[in-house]
Amino acid sequence: MDLFPLWNSLRIAGISTVVIFFVGIFAAYYIAKAPSTVKGVLDVILTLPLVLPPTVVGYLLLRILGPKRIIGSWFLEVFDLRLTMTWWSAIFATTVVIFPLMYRTARGAFESFDETLAYSAQSLGLSNTYIFWRIRMPYCRQGILAGTVLAFARALGEYGATSMIAGYTPGRTATISTTVYQLWRTNDDGLAFKWVMINIAISFVVLLVINLLEKKNVRKGGH
Amino acid sequence: MSIFVDIEKRLGSFHLRVKLEAKNEVLALLGASGCGKSMTLKCIAGIEKPDRGKIIVDGVTLFDSEKKINLTPQKRRVGLLFQNYALFPNMTVRQNILAGANREKDSARRNARASEIMNAFGLMELADHYPSQLSGGQQQRTALARILVSDPDILLLDEPFSALDSHLRFRLEQEVREVIRKFGKTVILVSHDRDEVFRLSDSIAIINKGTIDAFGSKETIFANPQTRMAATLTGCKNISPVKVLDPSHVRALDWGIDLKVQGDFTDISYVGIRMHDICAGPGENAFVCNVIEEIENPFSYTIMLRADGFENASLIGWEMDKSDWRRLHASQVTLHLPPQKIILLKGDIHG
Repeated sequence: MDLFPLWNSLRIAGISTVVIFFVGIFAAYYIAKAPSTVKGVLDVILTLPLVLPPTVVGYLLLRILGPKRIIGSWFLEVFDLRLTMTWWSAIFATTVVIFPLMYRTARGAFESFDETLAYSAQSLGLSNTYIFWRIRMPYCRQGILAGTVLAFARALGEYGATSMIAGYTPGRTATISTTVYQLWRTNDDGLAFKWVMINIAISFVVLLVINLLEKKNVRKGGH
Repeated sequence: MSIFVDIEKRLGSFHLRVKLEAKNEVLALLGASGCGKSMTLKCIAGIEKPDRGKIIVDGVTLFDSEKKINLTPQKRRVGLLFQNYALFPNMTVRQNILAGANREKDSARRNARASEIMNAFGLMELADHYPSQLSGGQQQRTALARILVSDPDILLLDEPFSALDSHLRFRLEQEVREVIRKFGKTVILVSHDRDEVFRLSDSIAIINKGTIDAFGSKETIFANPQTRMAATLTGCKNISPVKVLDPSHVRALDWGIDLKVQGDFTDISYVGIRMHDICAGPGENAFVCNVIEEIENPFSYTIMLRADGFENASLIGWEMDKSDWRRLHASQVTLHLPPQKIILLKGDIHG
């Protein structure tokens, strides 16, 4: 059994989770502090990928990243680089799809932060960087971890946008979800079932981790 | 050591205009909630930015809107104690205090300073405890130690006892008094509790709707509150609007009685008298009252009275020892309000 799809899915999900961890937290931190009107508008825009069908996201991505489209053609011309139909093209799809998950959970966590902690830390002479990483982030740890795990799980399972922008090439762009579809289509039921089991096992572990995080949260009484 | 504050800030319909000065002393900001006390502290600490004005501590300008000076909170050396103490929940007592000592860059000296202050505050045994494992008093002690280890030039205490059960308050007040004494520099205490303020402070500023209503030594403010708000906040329960009748008499409109008063009459619009300053029996300003209600306190009685013959008049509260009331007990008594005890008050600045 060729395990390339497992490896490919894990690296795509891993890389997009790392990217979205920082982008999502950055967006959440600044939007949590924004005035309410700005917040409302940005919130709608940034949450949109969560409710749009993945095929719509895939279509929109192809409209900009495709070889004849604005960004895609520029990359092709300047760097001789095709942005679609490579294994890492799927990262564009997964990052867009999982961004709202990370952003929303992180924002919820930041909004529950007690600002007097930051104020007194500032008065004690602690730098804003220290406050962010050593006080604010640990305080919001549970929410941010849960968001990260959820984003990773969703990235692993991304199918629609991924198949449109990266396609299915065995040994090159195949992920677990695109492989399952391909195997089913070609009547290879036995192998399809194995991949389904692998997928279920991974999702099971992920949900278990989220539950454990939430339990820990309850025991420690909030933070 | 001194502080000079003269700032203005608008927040929606709220307008903060505060001018204060204090030397090496405890200055209390006394006011109702939402009056701007905490906002004033936040402006001094640099957490909020005033629209206009100046803040100078020990000759160092922290904020000056004209010279475009606005030091970051980190550079201000202002020790700010929050109501909830704001201990970092993910750090132990020792780590919290080490975080407070962060301006000391040498780690050996930082550790030594932390240990020294933990000893002084009796926190050594709690060094590895997290804030959630501490009692309210221990949290306050940790927070004070964390502030003092950062070596501030001025100490700001924002309602330091309001998060505590009442039986703990008195004991912790003693601890804070000790801290203040050893600190020896300017301290600003924000509170709405007049007893706490009287015991801890040297001077008092009464804040009302964002403005300083009265400012002076605590003795002056309590003896002669000057404004209706200052009288209320210092615990004067009997206050009535007046109409001036002649150079030594006013009519207390809420109580339905005429009073002889002493002192300066200009802009007087209210009179007040503290509940325990009222006397029984004949004398100046004597009148007959009906007892409407007896309220028993742990160690005294508060008798609510109304002047006889004025059915619509407001009640006057009279506080006296239990034994005195048991002896006097009646449904109608003659009271007199000694003219020297009657407080003459201006209206609120805001009308």
